[in-house]
Amino acid sequence: MRLARYMGYRLVTALPVIFGIIVLNFLLIHLAPGDAASVLAGESGAATPEYMDALRHKFGLDQSLGMQFLTYVSNMAHFNLGYSYRNDADVSSLIFERLGPTSLLMLTAFGTAVALGIILGLVAATGRNSWRDNIISLISLVAYATPGFWLGLMMIVIFSIGLGWLPTSGFDTVGAGHEGWAEVWDVARHLVMPAVSLALFYLALYARLMRASVLEQTGMDYVTTARAKGQTERRIMTGHVLRNALLPIVTIAGVQAGNLIGGSIVVETVFGWPGIGTLAFNALQSRDLNLLLAIFFMSACLIVIINLAVDVIYVMLDPRMEI
Amino acid sequence: MWQGFARFARNRMALFGAAVLLCLLLLVVLTPVIYPDDPFKLAGPALQPPGGSFLLGTDTLGRDVAAEIAYGARTSLIVGVGATLAAIVIGAVAGGVAGYYRGMTETVLMRITEFFQTIPAFIFALLIVAILSPSVSSEIIAIAAVSWPSIARLVRGEFVSLGGREFVQACAGLGASDARIIFNHMLPNCASSIIAVGSLLIGTAILLEAGLAFLGLGDPNVMSWGLIISAGRAVLRSAWWICTFPGVAILLTVLGINLIGDGLNEALNPRLRER
Repeated sequence: MRLARYMGYRLVTALPVIFGIIVLNFLLIHLAPGDAASVLAGESGAATPEYMDALRHKFGLDQSLGMQFLTYVSNMAHFNLGYSYRNDADVSSLIFERLGPTSLLMLTAFGTAVALGIILGLVAATGRNSWRDNIISLISLVAYATPGFWLGLMMIVIFSIGLGWLPTSGFDTVGAGHEGWAEVWDVARHLVMPAVSLALFYLALYARLMRASVLEQTGMDYVTTARAKGQTERRIMTGHVLRNALLPIVTIAGVQAGNLIGGSIVVETVFGWPGIGTLAFNALQSRDLNLLLAIFFMSACLIVIINLAVDVIYVMLDPRMEI
Repeated sequence: MWQGFARFARNRMALFGAAVLLCLLLLVVLTPVIYPDDPFKLAGPALQPPGGSFLLGTDTLGRDVAAEIAYGARTSLIVGVGATLAAIVIGAVAGGVAGYYRGMTETVLMRITEFFQTIPAFIFALLIVAILSPSVSSEIIAIAAVSWPSIARLVRGEFVSLGGREFVQACAGLGASDARIIFNHMLPNCASSIIAVGSLLIGTAILLEAGLAFLGLGDPNVMSWGLIISAGRAVLRSAWWICTFPGVAILLTVLGINLIGDGLNEALNPRLRER
């Protein structure tokens, strides 16, 4: 019951963020050089004059700035994200079509990064300053400095072109007509390299965080107490330290969700993964600003939802949290 | 702070980072001497593999990849340092004002800061560059726009803890103006934290710049590492070197800067030293 009330409260506090993004989008449209209608039409010049007039009317561009803003807010609130001339489709349906592949890629990368990061961080912290710790630190330092798109290209050179183990791009083998498990295997083979390119940076981040978090927890009084009771080191680690050390990871994981969406744009572009990232890249190439703005709006909404989920998970994990 | 630099000098990893960065700076300074020609100009036959008369080979248009990388280094550093400085200015003002005045001002400013931290940074940067039209200055503006919140939060935190200290109260008691207290007395006290966090921001900014240029949002008339990789992508199958070497340059540069940043963090932030 209290949890439900907390969720309601957090939902209300999330609304200003959504509203802020709408305001930001509105400002960006008017910041763009030229007529706002040409921004909304996507390709400036390619749209017919009738369509531009219809747009001007629909978005109230023939009215005062205040009225324009109200119209824009109402359109966004109804998910009227506009029409993409270049793609000849509704923007919202374009985005929803691409949601599946992007979610698959992001969840795989995110899951791998969190799971492996936690394990590596734990291994590094338990053998502090040992060779294990040094190797893990070195790997995470390098991973931290590697651009994801370049890593992807290098993997293509080695694993696709050189060794011929993995396909270079796409979601599945076109025209192969796989079904059932064969299709799953096919997609998985296409998924490996994009997921690794996207995950590596975050893996390094979580490994570093986890290491610091575990080291901080091992200095706590409750660990001394547990040790004094005669508990084994293994039991102290798994039963006491691990669970407390995970809390900061949950918080940061929520914060990083937004960056993961940005990272997926470059990675999807490299691998031709048919997700929102490729859509954003194509929108960029054709200067379809309205589509880009809609992707920005949708991903920001997604992040707000993820942050809400993280907050709720946090409250459930940590009974000390006052809600 | 000078004690801090002595501690920094004892950190071998940080010194390695400093050495890498020094080499890069040397390269940037010497570029006009080693490669006096425009990097966009044709230098030899196209797609020469590395090792021949061209150290790192040539690209699809017969341009010298080594020269391109040398000129790209300048772009990366200009954007990285420029965006970080801009982010520090915005962040220090926002965080300083919030931490000094507290109350409603603080709530509003910090809400705005949190908002900018929540929105997807890379897409926001893409949008800004796309709208301002691709150029070095729009890249700097875009990267600064997504990097300032961390500085603002840091400065605000420092200001809140400095707020009650005697020297601040003494200044106020002597009738110093708010601006004078904020900029002449309190901000210098945060300098070491800002330097430590800011140095790490340069690395992130260079990575962001590479990503933007890779997506075609860099200045088309200015050589940059992301641009070389993006152009070399089409011939990845036959000419691996075009994409490989600029990436190595990015990796080494960001690694070097991050190592320096870590070293500065350890040396200048006493609270972190135990870890």
